[in-house]
Amino acid sequence: MAILLDENTRLLVQGITGREGAFHTRQAVEYGTKVVAGVTPGKGGTTLDGIPVFNTVEQAKQATGANTSLIFVPPAFAADAIMEAADAGIPLVIAITEGIPTEDMIEAKAFLAGKATRLIGPNCPGVISPGKCKAGIMPGRIHKPGNVGVVSRSGTLTYEAVGQLSAAGIGQSTCVGIGGDPIIGTSFVDVLRLMAADAETHAIVMIGEIGGAAEEDAAVFIQEQVKKPVVGFIAGRTAPPGRRMGHAGAIISGGKGAAADKVAVLEAAGIHVAPSPALIGETMARALAQHAAS
Amino acid sequence: MNIHEFQAKRVLSRYGVSVPRGEVIDRAADARAAAAKLGGTVVVKAQIHAGGRGKGGGVKLARSPEEAEAAVSRMLSSKLVTHQTGPEGRLVRRVLIEEGLDIARELYLSIVIDRERSRAVFIASTDGGVEIETVAARNPERILTEPIDPALGLQPFQARKLAYRLTIDPALVGEASKFFHSLYRAFKETDAALAEINPFVVTKNGRLLALDAKMNFDDNALYRHPELRELRDVNEEDPLEVKASEYKLNYIRLDGSVGCMVNGAGLAMATMDIIQYAGGRPANFLDVGGGANEEQVRHGFEIILSDPNVRAVLINIFGGIMRCDIVAGGVVAAAQSLGIRVPVVVRLEGTNVELGQKILRDSGLNFTVATGMKDAAERVVRLAAG
Repeated sequence: MAILLDENTRLLVQGITGREGAFHTRQAVEYGTKVVAGVTPGKGGTTLDGIPVFNTVEQAKQATGANTSLIFVPPAFAADAIMEAADAGIPLVIAITEGIPTEDMIEAKAFLAGKATRLIGPNCPGVISPGKCKAGIMPGRIHKPGNVGVVSRSGTLTYEAVGQLSAAGIGQSTCVGIGGDPIIGTSFVDVLRLMAADAETHAIVMIGEIGGAAEEDAAVFIQEQVKKPVVGFIAGRTAPPGRRMGHAGAIISGGKGAAADKVAVLEAAGIHVAPSPALIGETMARALAQHAAS
Repeated sequence: MNIHEFQAKRVLSRYGVSVPRGEVIDRAADARAAAAKLGGTVVVKAQIHAGGRGKGGGVKLARSPEEAEAAVSRMLSSKLVTHQTGPEGRLVRRVLIEEGLDIARELYLSIVIDRERSRAVFIASTDGGVEIETVAARNPERILTEPIDPALGLQPFQARKLAYRLTIDPALVGEASKFFHSLYRAFKETDAALAEINPFVVTKNGRLLALDAKMNFDDNALYRHPELRELRDVNEEDPLEVKASEYKLNYIRLDGSVGCMVNGAGLAMATMDIIQYAGGRPANFLDVGGGANEEQVRHGFEIILSDPNVRAVLINIFGGIMRCDIVAGGVVAAAQSLGIRVPVVVRLEGTNVELGQKILRDSGLNFTVATGMKDAAERVVRLAAG
C-alpha cells in the first residue's frame, strides 16, 4: 500500500525541460516511475524522451490523467506553479524548489486552503515508495522496499538514515521529505497520521532539526495516536542560537527550538531517540526487536 | 538580512511609521551641529547590528551639544560589547543622534512569520523596552498576538483590538491604528521576516513613535528589492562568512578546531553534532549544497583553512545521485591546488564509493578514508588533538 505514491501514480513534472527537471525526470523513469507528462510554458507540443510536454497543467492533466505533480520550477515562479497544479485539481503536489520567498509561500498556502490538493515541500527531496515510485531527487538505489516509514525535514541526512536502515536489512514503505522552509505544505503530524493508518508501515523514523515547534507537535500526536514504534533524531545539538543553519527554518530564536528541548519532549512521548546520527538504523533495529518481544 | 536601526527607521518612515527626528554621523566633529539642530536633550545611539546596546553603554543621553560631542567621540571607533557581540565586541562606525522625548509609556510591537499558522502575526505587549523573550518567560499572559489573513491584510477591527488591548488612551486609538497599518504595509511590501518596534512609545504629549526599530528581510526575496540589498553592511558580518556568501556557500563560523565540509544542511548539522560526541568541537557549519562539485569543494576548503583555529578537516559527502569518484577527484584537485597541510578525513557515500576511496588513497595527499560518520568523527577528532 505505502502512502502518497504507489504503482498507480501518474507523474507530471513541472519544469521538465530545465536542467534539474530533465535530469531527475530521467532518474525517476529509470527507477520505474510512470512519468506521463511535463509542463513548461511555451514548450507545449515538444517531448522529453518521448514524454509529452504541455503549456499548462490543466492541458497535461486532461491529456494524460496525471495525478501527482513534481515541481522543479525556479524559485521566483515556483509558488505560481504550485497554485496552477492545485487549480487543475492535481491531488498531490511535491515541490522540490529551494529558495522560494516566504511571502509567496504564504499566499500559495492560503490559496490551497479548502482545496483537495496536498502539497509536500517546498525545499525538500521529495517522496519515494521504494520499489514502486520515486518522485524526488533522492538516490533510488539506497532504498529497499519494506515496512518502515521515514519522515524528515532534511535531504542528505535522510539519505544517511535510509542508508543505515537498508544496510541493517530494514526496508522502507515510504520516505517523505517535508522540507526545511518555515512555510511548508505538509507537517510531520500530517505524514504521521498517514503512516499510522497505513497497514504496510510497521514503524516510523522521524528526523527533525532545530527551530520551530513541528517536532514538539509531532511528539504530542505520536503519544496520543501512534501505536507503532517511532525512532527520532534531532539535528543541531551543537548549533548556536540565533544563527540560521542552512535551512531557513533551522534557527533557534528567542530561546525556542533548541535540540535538547526537542529531544526531551520526544523522549517523554515514548519515542526512541537515536543518540547520534550514526545510530539511527541501529536504534530502529532495537526498537523493532523490542516491539516484537512485547 | 539584517540592517541597522537608522536604516530600518528610514524604511519604516517611507511607509508612514512615525520615528523620532534624527541624524546619522560617522565623525565626532559633526555631533555638535547635529545635536544643536535637533535642540534640547538628545539621545546618542551606537549603530551596530547586535542587540543589548543600552546595557553595553551604546545608548547615552546628552543634555547639550557639548555632551553629545563627548558621547559620540567616546562611542565612535570604540568596540561595543553586548550579550550578543561576544567578548571581542563590535566596532562602532556610525551613531544615530535623535531628539529626546518625554516618554509616558513603553510598549512592545512586532510582526513576524508564524510557521504554524503560515501567516504574518502581530505580537504586542504592554511590557516594552525589555526583551520580549523575558516577558514571554515571566508573564506569558502579557503577550498579545493577532494573526493577519494574507489575502485581506490587517483589518481595521484588528488594529483597534490591538490598540485597546494595549490600553492605549482612547483618544490615540485612531493614531495607533494608523501606525499598525503602516507597519504591516512596510513588513509585507519589503518581504520582511521581522519588524520589531521595541519600545513602541507613547509620549506625554500624546505622540506614538518607534523609539527603536529592527528589521530583518527574507534573503530569498531580496532579488526583488535591489534597494534593500544595498543596505547590507558587511562590516557587521564575519569576513569568512562574507567570502562564503560570495561563493554561494552556506558557512557559519564557530569556535572549535575541526573544520567540516558537508553536502546538505541537515547532514551538516548532524556532522557537527557527531564531532562533539566524539569529544571534539566543530570549527564551522558548512553546507556545500546537495551536488558538491569540484569548484564548491575548493572554495569550501579555502574558507575552512582561512580559519587559523582549524587543526583537521572532515569532509562528509553523501553522494546521492553524484558519483563518488567524481567527488573524490574534486577533493584531490582542490587539495592539490591549495597545498593543504592539515590532516583531512574523508567520508564518502554513494555510487562508485570504492573507486572514490581508491582515488583518495592513491593521491599521495594526507587523506584518511573513513567508513561511516562515527568512524570519520572519531578519526578527525584524534587528528585535531594530535
